[in-house]
Amino acid sequence: MYKYDSWDQQMVDTRVEEFRDQTRRRLSGELPEEKFRPLRLMNGLYLQLHAYMLRVAVPYGTLNGAQMHALADIATKYDRGYGHFTTRQNIQYNWIKLEDAPDLLADLAKVEMHAIQTSGNCIRNISSDHFAGAARDELIDPRPYAELMRQWSSFHPEFSYLPRKFKIAVIASDTDRAAMRLHDIGIQIVKNAEGEIGAAFYVGGGMGRTPMIAPCINEFVPLDRLITYAEACLRVYNRYGRRDNKYKARIKILVHELGKDEYTRQVEDEYAHMLEQGVEPPFAELERIKTYFADPAFETGLSTEVDRSDPDFALWVDRNTHPHKADGYVSAVISLKPVGGIPGDASDEQIHLMADLATEYSFDELRVMHTQNIVLPHVKIADLPALFAKLDAAGLSTPNLDQIDDIIACPGLDYCSLANARSIPVAQKISERFAANGKGAELGQLKLKISGCINACGHHHAGHIGILGVDRKGTENYQLLLGGSEAEDTSLAKITGPGFDEDGIVGAVETVTDVYLAQRTDGERFLDTYRRIGMAPFKEALYD
Amino acid sequence: MKILTGNDLKTGQVVWWTGEYWSLHVNDAIDVGDKADEIAKREEALRNVNVPYAIDATQDENGVRPAHIKERVRALGPTVRPDLTLKPADPAAGNWVI
Repeated sequence: MYKYDSWDQQMVDTRVEEFRDQTRRRLSGELPEEKFRPLRLMNGLYLQLHAYMLRVAVPYGTLNGAQMHALADIATKYDRGYGHFTTRQNIQYNWIKLEDAPDLLADLAKVEMHAIQTSGNCIRNISSDHFAGAARDELIDPRPYAELMRQWSSFHPEFSYLPRKFKIAVIASDTDRAAMRLHDIGIQIVKNAEGEIGAAFYVGGGMGRTPMIAPCINEFVPLDRLITYAEACLRVYNRYGRRDNKYKARIKILVHELGKDEYTRQVEDEYAHMLEQGVEPPFAELERIKTYFADPAFETGLSTEVDRSDPDFALWVDRNTHPHKADGYVSAVISLKPVGGIPGDASDEQIHLMADLATEYSFDELRVMHTQNIVLPHVKIADLPALFAKLDAAGLSTPNLDQIDDIIACPGLDYCSLANARSIPVAQKISERFAANGKGAELGQLKLKISGCINACGHHHAGHIGILGVDRKGTENYQLLLGGSEAEDTSLAKITGPGFDEDGIVGAVETVTDVYLAQRTDGERFLDTYRRIGMAPFKEALYD
Repeated sequence: MKILTGNDLKTGQVVWWTGEYWSLHVNDAIDVGDKADEIAKREEALRNVNVPYAIDATQDENGVRPAHIKERVRALGPTVRPDLTLKPADPAAGNWVI
């Protein structure tokens, strides 16, 4: 994985000391809150319901063991012994003291991490496929390009004050595991008919209060023009994006209002102009970055068989591992969704353990999934029994990847000052309900996503089943949505009808799964059945 | 009643105005009537509190209860982590929020 050079380290260290001075001035009264607030937000420090919250960037979700240990140490030293892995492949700490924040950031910098650009109207952390560099189905490893974009977008002076925040995802397989088309820019690395590698650009996607699926505006941009084309997309947005209305300021509104064709025309004009300026980073820089993403020393001639006599282990292997590009290896998913647990939360001890397991079994690499789980990307199949035993002993062996209890849930009203309703208790009750009634095992792939407000951090628009918490006259109410997908078959979920209270929404989820079980044909996922039979049978069961 | 709340500048902890100091416990909050802005400006200038604001609340024999659920969550702590709330020994404390 990428290693900071002296420039990277100097930039981050300098920023820490700058923030240390800003914090000192805030605490001494030299800086009032209205001046300090944008400064702390630029360093990822929010003020949430109960305390300051720090969001730490995990570039394209990739971590090494030392970084993971550092995240655990931060949970112990500066927080209350846990962290929350987010749907942006980042980690958040909920109980940070302002006076500790500079020291915390200095500790992060020691392991080449920071919290810069995890807030504000700038280009946020670049996200990617959590199986990048390991997946059997990927064309090439997208991470060098994600890293190139990270370097390009860090402190980019032109894009530090965009109309709104800006999120970019980079993938390199036809299977979309990064919700690519629900980003401001989604980039898919593709091969054209001539066998050349390039990038398809999808622009103007997003969730939030106005969900939109990004249209493809260019099916093939040469990889040595990637930054130039992205910069052209940003420039048009920066110039014409709405700054008068926060709710219409995202690029998806601009693309929608201009129309895909007109937006594309303007981008192409800008692109042609920029090609003359030569803004693309030198080829040598990309080659330098690529060296950090060389494959680890995979062994050859390994067995692909493993003793499956333990049914718990066999189930975990079937559900929580993913095919690897090297024979004899798999990517193993560590679920952070135990029955009744808080999706995405991990204790300091669990984070340390995952770091140790990465070192022992996965060439010291981990990935954060946007579904709030952790991946060990390169595990020998022969090592799976030992890995499973250690995970099981730590309560980390729940075999539920993409099952109904692998729920995405934002922090909701339990932590977030923007939320209207709590998300986590609903997730807990649903997972407990389906564990108790035994139906979960029958359902197969069913992606359930819960947001506590319209901002959609819990991706409810993209859930096969989505739940949106709203405030109805001061009480929590939950709308049910069906039919969304963040994958390559991207679709936006539709609301079933009137909302439910907290217990009612749990029953409603069970009702729609009963409809699915009654109506499905062989091999159909919940989403497939919904698409085939439509909303009506589900509404009838829910409301008649 | 109107009560005044904010966050401790250094720690970020949720605090409530008692008439003399900022308390972690909502039950210590007093009715500030129409003095909220005046108190808020003074206390913020003294750096005793960050971004104070007034909210509606009720008071009965059980104590002070903010009118809105968001403020009740602030007053108690996260309902999904009773161990981290101000009433870790009371398993029913979360019901107060709802």
